[in-house]
This record gives sequence, C-alpha cells and structure tokens, in this order.
Amino acid sequence: MNSFIGFVRKEFYHIFRDRRTMTILFGMPIIQILLFGFAIRNEIDEVKLAILDLSKDTITKEITDKLLSSGYFLGVRQLTAASEIDDAFKQGLIDEAILFEPNFGHQLLKDGSASVQIITDGSNPNVSRIVTGYTSAVLQQYQQELADMQNRKVLIQPEFTMLFNPELKSVYLFVPGLMALILLLVSALMTSITITREKEYGTMEILLVSPLRPYQIILGKVIPYLVLSFINVLTILITAQIVFGVPCKGSIVLLLAESFLYILTALSLGILISTIAASQQVAMMISLAGLLLPTVLLSGFVFPITSMPWPLELISNIIPAKWFLIIVRGLMLKGVGLEIFWKETLILFGMTVLLVVISVKKFKIRLT
Amino acid sequence: MFRSIKFLLQKEFLQIFRNKGMLPIMFLMPVIQLLILSNAATFDVKNVDFVIVDHDRSTLSNNLVESFYASPYFTVRSQEPVEAFGIERILKNQASLMVVIPQDFEKTALTNQRANVQLILDAQDGYSAGIVQTYATDILASFQQEVFGEIAAHASLAPDIQTRQGIDIRTQSWYNPELDYRIYMVPGILVILVTMIGVFLTAMNIVREREIGTIEQLNVSPLKKSQFIVGKLLPFWIIGMGELTIGILIAMVVFKVPMQGEFWVIYFVAAIYLIVVLGIGLLISTITNTQQQAMFVAWFFMVIFILMSGLFTPIESMPKWAQTITDFNPVRYFVDIMRRVMLKGSGISDIQTQVLWLIGYGAVILSLALARYRKFSA
Amino acid sequence: MTTTVIDVSELTRKFGDFTAVDRISFQVLKGEIFGFLGANGAGKTTAIRMLIGLLRPTSGKASVSGFDVYTQTEAIKKSIGYMSQKFSLYQDLTVEENIRFYAGIYGLSDENIVEKSADVLERLALHPVRKSLIKELPLGWKQKLAFSIAMIHDPKIVFLDEPTGGVDPITRRQFWDMIYASADNGVTIFVTTHYMDEAEYCNRVSIMVDGRIAAMDSPRELKTAFQVKKMDDVFVKLARPTGAQTA
Repeated sequence: MNSFIGFVRKEFYHIFRDRRTMTILFGMPIIQILLFGFAIRNEIDEVKLAILDLSKDTITKEITDKLLSSGYFLGVRQLTAASEIDDAFKQGLIDEAILFEPNFGHQLLKDGSASVQIITDGSNPNVSRIVTGYTSAVLQQYQQELADMQNRKVLIQPEFTMLFNPELKSVYLFVPGLMALILLLVSALMTSITITREKEYGTMEILLVSPLRPYQIILGKVIPYLVLSFINVLTILITAQIVFGVPCKGSIVLLLAESFLYILTALSLGILISTIAASQQVAMMISLAGLLLPTVLLSGFVFPITSMPWPLELISNIIPAKWFLIIVRGLMLKGVGLEIFWKETLILFGMTVLLVVISVKKFKIRLT
Repeated sequence: MFRSIKFLLQKEFLQIFRNKGMLPIMFLMPVIQLLILSNAATFDVKNVDFVIVDHDRSTLSNNLVESFYASPYFTVRSQEPVEAFGIERILKNQASLMVVIPQDFEKTALTNQRANVQLILDAQDGYSAGIVQTYATDILASFQQEVFGEIAAHASLAPDIQTRQGIDIRTQSWYNPELDYRIYMVPGILVILVTMIGVFLTAMNIVREREIGTIEQLNVSPLKKSQFIVGKLLPFWIIGMGELTIGILIAMVVFKVPMQGEFWVIYFVAAIYLIVVLGIGLLISTITNTQQQAMFVAWFFMVIFILMSGLFTPIESMPKWAQTITDFNPVRYFVDIMRRVMLKGSGISDIQTQVLWLIGYGAVILSLALARYRKFSA
Repeated sequence: MTTTVIDVSELTRKFGDFTAVDRISFQVLKGEIFGFLGANGAGKTTAIRMLIGLLRPTSGKASVSGFDVYTQTEAIKKSIGYMSQKFSLYQDLTVEENIRFYAGIYGLSDENIVEKSADVLERLALHPVRKSLIKELPLGWKQKLAFSIAMIHDPKIVFLDEPTGGVDPITRRQFWDMIYASADNGVTIFVTTHYMDEAEYCNRVSIMVDGRIAAMDSPRELKTAFQVKKMDDVFVKLARPTGAQTA
C-alpha cells in the first residue's frame, strides 16, 4: 500500500510540474464557460432586413416602423429593384427581404386585401424560420390594430408558463452541456495519453515488474486526473452561478456526486482507449477527433435529441454525456432528485463498470 | 530547395501511410461522422410529447384537444385528471408541454367571447420552448378561426368580415425551399472535420519528432526553416484537399446538397484555408514540448473555433465583443463560404472580404510559425 | 596534418544562474579522434550542442571548420555530421528509406544516393534487412547505421554524442573500427562517452567536471600524470578529488 501511495504522489508531481498543461487544464474550462456562456446563444435579434417598397405609402411606412421598433431587426436596407435581392443574399448582407406590392396601402384599404412577400435565406433554415415568424407576427398584429372594427371576435387566449427557465435563456441549457463536454474530453484525453505514453516509452514494463499490481498502476494514473477534473467541476459550477446566475435548485451534494460518477465514466473511457491505442497519437485522435463532435451533436447539448431521426436517437444512447446532461439539467434547473433520474444514474454506473471490465480484459490479453 | 522538400514529403507520406492505427482515424472516421452526425444537427422541433388536463370535458374542449392531436408536431402522452400528474411527467422528462383547459371553458367562450387555455412548457431548452410556443399558438389560432366561423355564422354577422383577407402574407425561402437542415449543416460539418484532422495531425507532428529526438538530426542538417515548414505542411495539405473532395462528393451524392457555385471557387478558398489551419497546427507544435501539451492547446482552440464558427448557433446572436472574436476564427470564414458557394452560388467577388481575411491570416500564421520554429535554442 | 578544425576559446553557456559550460578552451586537429569525457551533467552535451549550432553560446569564441558558431551555423551544418544519444533514425521507416531521406536532405544527387545506399548496406552487411523497419533491428545495428548515415555526405568533422550507449562490447568494438576507418580517411572525430575503456581509443581526451575542462591530453600522458594504470582511475581522481585522496 505504501508503494501505491508513493506512486500516486509521483504521478501528482508529474502533472503539477508541467506548468503549461496545468494552466491549460485549469484555465481552459473557465475561459470556455465564460466565452460560450455569453456567446453561444440561439436567440436571433439582429436580423439584417431589406425592404423593397414598391408602394411607398403611409401604410408600408407604418409597417416598416413597426418592424424596426420590434427589436428583432438591425437596421434596414432599402432596395430599388427585385434583382438586388439575390446579390444581397449572396454577399451575406441580408437575412430577409420584404416586398410590398405596388399600391399596397390603397389595395388594403379599398379591397381589404394586399399582398406582401417575405423572402428569407433558406440556406440557413434556422434563421429563416425564426425570421419569418417574427415578421408574420408583426404583420398580423398590425392587421389586428387596423381591423379594430372586428370587436365581436371570440378570443381564446393562451397563457404560457415557461417552467424552469422563464426567460428562455440559452445559457441555462449550455452550461450543463459545456460541463459534460469539458469533463469528458479532459478526463478521457488525459488518461488515455498518460497511459499510452508509458507504453510508448516502454516504462510501462518497468512499472509492471514493480511490486505494484496492474490495477494499482491504472488507479495511480487515474486518481490525479479524477482530482483535477473534480476541481474543474467546482470552478465551472461556481462560474455558472456567479456570472450567469444559473441556479442549482436540487441538492448540491447530489450534483457533485453525479459529476464524480460522470468523471469516473469518462476516465474509464480513457483507460479503454489507452488499451486499444498503440501510440499517444492514436489515443489522442480517438479521444479528440473521435469524441468531440459526437459529444456536441448527440448529447442534446445543442440539438434536441427527440427531434432526431430514430437511428440517431438510438445511437445517442451510447453517449455518456447524454445521460449526464439529463441528470444535471434535472438537478440544476428542475430541482428534482434521484427518484426521477435513478435510471440515468444507473446507466452511467453501468457504462463505467462495463468500460472498466473491457479494459481489464484487454489489459490482461496484452500481458500474456 | 525543392529537392529537399521532395525528400521530406516522401518521408512524411511513408510515415503517415505506414501508421496503421492512424489511417482509419484519418480517413474513415471523418466519413462516418459526416454521414451520421449531419442527420443529428437539426433545430427542427418534432414529436413534442404533451399531456392534456381537461377540466371542462365539453364539446368545445374536446374539439380543442382534437386539434392538438391532429398536429403533426405533437405526440400525446396521456390525459391526466389533475395538473400535478402532468407536472410529474414533465419532471420525469416524459412530456415537455402540458395543456390545461379550465372548467367552464366552453361556457365562458360562448358567453364572454373570451376564454383562457393554460400551456405549461418545459423551458430548459429555451429555444425549443419558443418553437413549441409558436406551434401551440398556431393551433389555437386556427382553432379560434374555426370556432369564430361557427359563431359568426350563428350570429349572422356581416359577411364581409369573413371574406376580408387583410394582409396576404406569402413566404418564400430561397436556396433551400424545404428548409432542410442537412443541406445547411453538411458543408459546415465537413469543414469542421477537415479542420480537426488537419490541426490535430500537424500539431502533433513536429512535437512528436522533438519527443522522439529526430528533430535534432534535422536541425543539424542544412535543411532550411522554410523547407522544413513547407515539407511538414504540404502532406497534410494534400490529405486535407483529398478529404474535402471526398466530403463534397458525399454531400452531393448522399445528402443531395446542391452545388450552385463553381468548384474552383471552393478549391481556391480551401487551398488558402488549409494553409491557415495547418499553419495554426504547426505553430502549436513549435511552441509546445510534448504531444500532450500540443493536443491540449489544439483542443482548446478547436472547441472555440467550432462553437464560435456560426455552425450551430448564429454569429449574429452573439454579443458584439464575441462577434469581434469570431473575426479571428478562420473556421467561421470557411463555413460561411462553403455554405454560400454551395447553396447560394456566390462567386469569388461575393466573398472577397472573407477571402482577404483568410489570406491575411495565412500570412501572419506562417510567418509566426517560421519565426517560432528555431533550429537552435537561444 | 596539423590544421586546426575546431577552435574553442573561453566558451561559456549559462542557463539562468547555472553555468553549464564554464570558459572551456581547446583545439582539435584534422584527422584527430578527440574524446570528450565527463560524468552525466558535466556539460558535455551542452558543449557539443553549441559547436554544432543547436545552442547559442553565452560568451566566448568558437569556430568549426573555420566557421563561427554565432554567425555561420548553417555553414557549419553543411560541413559536419552528427549522431546523437537520442535515437535519430525514424523507427517507422525502413533501413533504405532512412538512408535515402537523410542523403536527400543533405542534397546528394540521385546517382549519389543510389551509390551511397548500396555502399552503406554492403559495408554494414544490412542488405538482407534493407526493407525492414528500423524498430525491428537490434540496437547495435541501428547505431552502426546511424553512424553511417551521419557520414553519408562525407563531412570533414563528425560529432558523436554517446554513440555506444547500451551497446554490447563486441558491437562497440566494431563501432570503433568504423571510427578508426573514418579517421584514417582524414575525418575528424569528436566523440563524447562515459565508457572509460573507449577513452583509451582516442588520440586525445578532455575530461569535463562541473562545466570546466579538468584535464586534457593523450590517454597515456594522463595516466602517467595521475600515476594510474587505467583511464577509469584518472576519471575517478578528477571527478571526486577529495574522495580519491581519502581512499
């Protein structure tokens, strides 16, 4: 046992002596949380609008003013011919073009009907859809005001309640996601590198003939990163709370315990990678290039999993971050406890055990 | 000059293609990721699970429930007798919307011309919640239209109100009329994959020679710094171009992404772009001591590059200072250019600002890499 | 035969407060086998790195083949060969590919490369394994190959930094035969080692202790001066002067 403690201490020294890696390891999560917490937003409120007003009457002016005062649009570019629209889109100058037909106001007042065209840049479906929604809403509202003679209308008024995130802030969604991403990559990357490194330099053999047991070697390699990752959890949570006011409605202790479990999962993934990878290079490429995009895309970090085609929904089940995200969001935003996400916790636990078992098997094969 | 580069190239290619562990990671993994992940990147909100609590149980409330059932966006989970059960389902992630129809809904609607419906949403994902809100509003609006029609007929109101259409809103989405997310995402994800492979491989390359010790042998040779940098960059440049080509083929054949613009524009920009990102990798490689450090630095920048490229979340949504940061993100330019050339058919004159940025970027990065790579230590 | 090819005077290198090489001065003549001895950390590698242009000296003067180590490092690199203690061949390339690569970056012509490759393979009897990866070869073979590759462009001076580390005695003997053969052809050999028996093979040796040259002469003269039979004992007396006296 003494030799084990000595070994762990040595591993700690190794890591802490490398100042540069230390700085990155601790500084990076904070920088990323700050940067992305502010920058990664879905809200679209600076739509670049172009208007081709073939009518130029009081009504089209009023509608234009309404649009501009809605807060969604950033200035307006006046066009003189429909042919300019294509160029403006191609140069990325506008997100939306609105066309008023000639005599728009006259027709609306006289015939009760006039047409307006909303052209959006479908190459970005997201912006396109939202922008169309904004514009239609403004137009409909204007129409409502215009037609106030219709006072005998039945109104079914929806009352919306936004649970857990009344202001619909995207930072609430992204902070847990970033935590999952950073922890997975840090833990999996660092452990897989540190173990393959020993293999590459042949020092693993020296360790294996030492009185240390193989599992002790792996543990010794992993424990420092466990501690480091846990410190990262704390800094991320504190930053999220202080800077972004992301609440933690559930139990903090449980949150820390779940994070601990997730770190274990990530670490065992790192161990598994190191048993299959022959060199540091391969280990790094698997844990970075192999994990980065799938974790971002399939965990529900940015894109809702329920909207994906079913095969992808199925695949997303093997992404540990997916389960961690459900747990963390439940804990922080909904304030629920184990009674709700015991299943997810069990899955993470099962994944960890499975990863460790496979690694041990692989490790043994290598030894014989 | 070129002779030495030739030998360096030969050597690098031999090493790359002999590394059996790396080959699938370099060539297979990006293809698989492109094929699979492109389907995941959708902001479409579909299959919204919802529960209904109908306290009224009248004809009108039934009709309302029916119109929710009929919507393609919503999938009913269950009807619950009281709100508490519905909330329970939301907490368990089994539903993300609860529609509550109050008692006397029908009565109030008919007598007061006004009635309330409560909609309770799981808004953790604020964006999706917003979309669900729009869907629900739409359903209610058209339901109202129907009811209003009926009531108006009853009350025999002036018929012109019904025929009046008001403002006729016609919407069009150019370049991608179906609003297919994959067409939008595939070019972007392709850029990310090519970038990732390029940056990671080059970042590891020089530092690996340093770790193994072979760099000393090169440093005492008459090899010039520029020859060295070119010899290190060119193999990955060629591989990057190759991967991009495979990716574009997949995009066009599998995902039916149109190619509105011209190929030479894409390849012209890609040629510059790859120099920039590979230069970044080399720069990282020259300032680090171990592969571990190199990968960490590379990873740090890669995550920032990806998440701030406008690939997943629009750059316009970012605060001003963050938008300024994205000016220094080469990935942003290429994602933007790829989308514009492929989907909109932008020509070189449409994207000249971005191309100039990339050229400037490339010049700075390469001179930094040259300056930072020393054949001797001071 | 008395041209000076390496001329060092008062050469110093500091790392912060630590002086790794402290005002060393010596000359090496053409065709000489010059042994550069010292314990680990005595400053041998630092000194050699300054001479081959990998490290800037802090002060002092030095020239190699008449080229200044401050300003003409690239010219030095063309005229020297170098083989380091760290393994300098690419493990994932074959014997032939390594030869070809290094010959290529030293600017040999195609015919020259073919000729030299054949020559090296022949001389080292590596022809049967020419298509094997370096990592599959025994250490001794690799070292001999590394030496031949360091000599591929016919340098006037070759620097060997601990070339025989970890190699069995027979291979070491063969290695030294190769060194002698080169020296006979007029190549100057600058070799660091901590095997004292190897020091006996050198024309002249210098012994570094704590960054300074503690003694420099032919092995025979040194043994006479210190009144010992083996170079080993010279070294012990120098490296641990107090310990040697009490013993």
